[in-house]
Amino acid sequence: MRIIGHVALNVFKESVRDKVLYNLVVFAVLLIAVSYLLGQLTAGQDVKIIKDLGLAAIATFGLLIAVFIGIGLVWKEVERRSIYSLLSKPIRRHEFVLGKYAGLGLTLLVNVAIMTVAFYAVLAYMNTQFPENVRAAWPAPATDPGMLRAVALVFVELLLVTAIALFFSTFSGPFLAAALTFGLWIIGHFNADLRNFEAVVDSRAAAYAARALYYVLPNFAAFDVKTQVVYALPVPASYVAMTALYGVVYIAMLLTGSVMIFARRDFK
Amino acid sequence: MDAIRTEALTKHYRVGFWRPRPYVALDALTLRVGRGDVFGFLGPNGAGKTTTLKLLLQLIYPTSGRADVLGRPVGDVDVRRRIGYLPENPCFYDYLTAEELLEYFASLFGYGPAERRRRVAALLDEVGIGAERRLQLRKFSKGMLQRVGIAQAVINDPEVVFFDEPMSGLDPLGRREIRELVLRMRDRGATVFFSSHVLSDAEALCSRVAILAHGRLVGSGALSDMAAFQVRGWELVVNNLTPAALEHARSLGRIARADALGGSRYALELPLSTPPERILADLAAHGAQPVSLNPLRETLEDFYLRHIAAAPTDRGLGAA
Ligand SMILES: Nc1ncnc2c1ncn2[C@@H]1O[C@H](COP(=O)(O)OP(=O)(O)O)[C@@H](O)[C@H]1O
Ligand SMILES: [Mg+2]
Repeated sequence: MRIIGHVALNVFKESVRDKVLYNLVVFAVLLIAVSYLLGQLTAGQDVKIIKDLGLAAIATFGLLIAVFIGIGLVWKEVERRSIYSLLSKPIRRHEFVLGKYAGLGLTLLVNVAIMTVAFYAVLAYMNTQFPENVRAAWPAPATDPGMLRAVALVFVELLLVTAIALFFSTFSGPFLAAALTFGLWIIGHFNADLRNFEAVVDSRAAAYAARALYYVLPNFAAFDVKTQVVYALPVPASYVAMTALYGVVYIAMLLTGSVMIFARRDFK
Repeated sequence: MDAIRTEALTKHYRVGFWRPRPYVALDALTLRVGRGDVFGFLGPNGAGKTTTLKLLLQLIYPTSGRADVLGRPVGDVDVRRRIGYLPENPCFYDYLTAEELLEYFASLFGYGPAERRRRVAALLDEVGIGAERRLQLRKFSKGMLQRVGIAQAVINDPEVVFFDEPMSGLDPLGRREIRELVLRMRDRGATVFFSSHVLSDAEALCSRVAILAHGRLVGSGALSDMAAFQVRGWELVVNNLTPAALEHARSLGRIARADALGGSRYALELPLSTPPERILADLAAHGAQPVSLNPLRETLEDFYLRHIAAAPTDRGLGAA
C-alpha cells in the first residue's frame, strides 16, 4: 500500500511538472468568456446553456487527460526504459500498475475538483447579475448543488476510461490503445441501443450477440445525467450509488486484467 | 551460498513481424558467482550480456532454465531489497531532479525522510554530482546520467550489484572513479557483477570472469588462470640497435620478429624460451638502449574473434 502511494505521488508530480494542470486555465478562461458572452446575448434567459457547457467541458477535459495520460502511464516507462531501474527495486509489478492508476486518479480528482469550483464560481457570479424575476424563470437555481451528482458520475466515468486506457496500453502501442479507448468510449455511449437490437433485426443470433455485447461493453450512457441535472429532473441518490458501483466493479475487472498481463510481460 | 547461480538459463526472442521465429539470445548459461566476488561478464556487443542481466532482475522471463540470486529465485521481492541494478544506458524520469529521483527510489525501500535525505546526499557526493543535483534530469549529459544510475543502484547498500556496462559514456576520470567505487563495494563485502565489452575494465577489477559469445559461455574462471590470456612472449622496444647486434640475437633464436620503427629504433617480439632480462642484457652490451618491455598476450578481441569464427553464426532455431 505504501509503495502504491509512492508510485502514485510520482505520477501526480509528473502531471504537474508536465503542465497537465494548465488545461485548467484554458477551461476557466473558456468558461468565463462564454458565460459572459451568453449572458450578454440572452440577457440571462438561459443559465441552462452555461450549465450544459460547463458540465460538458468538465467531462471533455477530463476525458482527454484520462485517455492521453492513461495510455502514456505504462507505455512511456517501458519505452523510455525507466522501468528497468524501477522494477529492480522492492516493488511488485501489480504495485506498479495500481500505483500508476491511483496517481492518475488523483490527478483527475484534483482537476475535476478545481474545474467544478470554477464552474460554480461562474454560476454564482451569474446569479448576482440578474434580477429576481429573471432568476425565477430558471428551472433550478444557478448554483444548484444537485449538479454535483452529475459531476460525481463524470468522475467515476473518467476513472473507468483511465482503467480502459491503462488496460489497452499494457499490451499495445499508444496509437492503437488511444483508438481502442476512444472507440470503446463511443460505443459505450450507444450501448443501450444494443440491448434493443432484436427490435431492429430479424436474426436471432445477431440479437443474442448484441445482447452479449451490451453486457460486456461498458455502458457509458449510464454515467451521463448532465441533461437531467440541468433541467432539475430528479436523479436519485440510489441511482448514483448503483451506477458508481457498476463503474467500480468494471474498473476492478480491468485492473485485474491489466495486472495479469503486465505481470507476465518481457521488457525488451 | 552463492551470490548468483544460473542453471541452463536460456532466452529466445521472437523476431520477424509476419512470420516470427525464435532467435537465441542466450543459450543454456550455467554460471556460479560466489559472495564477495567482483565478477566480470565479458563479451562483444550482441553476445547476450544485457539479456542475462535482465533475466537476473526478472525484467524478462526465461524460455527455460532457472536463476537464483542470494539463494532465492529471481524476482523475489525480499531479495530485491538486498540487490542493486544499473541498466545499460540508463534512463530516468526527466521531470525529476537527481535528488528527487534518488529520494523516490529510497522511499521504495521504506526509508524514512531523514534517512532518505542522508543517503541521497552521501551518494550524490560519492558519484561526484555536485550542485547539478537540483537540476531536472532532462538537462543531464550521458555521463552524468550514468553516475545517477550508479548512485540509484547502490542506494540500499546492496549485497549484490549488477552493473550493465558501467563504464560506458564515461571519460577516463569517470572510469577511474567507478573503478574505485567498485573496489570500495568489494571491500564492504558486496558482490559486484558487471558486464563489459572491454577487457581492460575487467583486468583492473575482477577476481573472476565469464566470457560470452553468440549467447554461449565460451570461457570462465580467474583471468590469470585462463589459458587464453597467459603471456605468450614479450614486446621490447629499443633504440640504437645496430644491424649486427640484431643479426646476432636473431641467430640465437632470441627474436621472433623485428619491426623497424625508423632510424635504429626497433620493436622486437621475444619468445618465452629465454628470460627477457637476459636478452635485454645481451642487447645492452651491444650498445642498444631499451625503451619499453611489455608482455604479449591474447587480447579479449583476439579471443572473441577466435570463438566467433568457431561458433556457428546462425542463432535461429531452424524451422521451428
Ligand atoms: N527484444 C529483442 N528482440 C529480439 N532480439 C533481441 C532483443 N533484445 C536483444 N536481442 C538480440 O539478442 C542478442 C543479445 O543481445 P544483448 O543481450 O543485448 O547483448 P549484449 O548486451 O551482450 O550486447 C543480440 O543479438 C540482440 O540483437
Ligand atoms: Mg548490452
